[in-house]
Amino acid sequence: MSTWDPFREMLELRRELDRTFDAFFSGRQPGLPRLAFLPGRGARQYPLVNVYEDRDNVFVEALAPGVKPDTLDLQYQGTVLTISGEKPAPEVSSPESYHRSERAAGRFTRSIELGVPIDDAKVEATYKNGLLMVKLPKAEAAKPRQIAVSVG
Amino acid sequence: MAEQTVVPADGTSTVTTREQTRAEERYVAPPVDIYEEKDGLVVLADIPGADASGLDVKVDQGILTIEARTSYSPMANPLRREFELVNFFRQFQLPEKVAADQISAELTNGVLKLKLPWAPEVRPRRIQVKTT
Repeated sequence: MSTWDPFREMLELRRELDRTFDAFFSGRQPGLPRLAFLPGRGARQYPLVNVYEDRDNVFVEALAPGVKPDTLDLQYQGTVLTISGEKPAPEVSSPESYHRSERAAGRFTRSIELGVPIDDAKVEATYKNGLLMVKLPKAEAAKPRQIAVSVG
Repeated sequence: MAEQTVVPADGTSTVTTREQTRAEERYVAPPVDIYEEKDGLVVLADIPGADASGLDVKVDQGILTIEARTSYSPMANPLRREFELVNFFRQFQLPEKVAADQISAELTNGVLKLKLPWAPEVRPRRIQVKTT
């Protein structure tokens, strides 16, 4: 059960607005599905990411199909995670043999502000089916702590 | 959910477009590269999140259909959401006949690579020029 808290409501409203503006400036119309369709070269930030958190971890999920796994590079500094890598272009004998070329290719780099300090020794990353999944355990100091109440 | 979104080359049937609201589930068209090699077409499609079990590729009446199902469940407590994985569906009309039994498909790192070799009767033939 929770009581009505106007300040929390305001915070919620702020988040809602942030999301709406985020959606607007990333070129996506609110209400439309967040498409997995990848934009053309340089159209917007690449790769697209989803960030989640639970009590102990922050999860970063990046949509990066066709990246050469050995070029994937993750760096962490401060509270910023940087993902870089290279998606190779197909080996085509001559440009005239293209019928369609919609998939962007090339090197990319993107930094994501996580907002919490991370225990960088325990970071795990997997790349499967074109999705990069990074699990970043929060640093001890950033975890919520349970306080035992002693009854006197 | 296999309707036709492109007309076959012989014009035997009409197009039925899928209506977003009536489709069984939502889908998007994956971006593709299509290029020609010496003896056929190569199709590369980005279908992140789909694995081989959810993939359905077929060639029927000169129409190539790529369909891929993704199983994706977003986690709770999103801090930032920029994409959502839905199923993929796309059809293409092929210009020439392909050898249906020689089509090969491989899926690596979320990219589907299809090789569609031309049928023997439509392959270019070299003609020797005799000089006298």
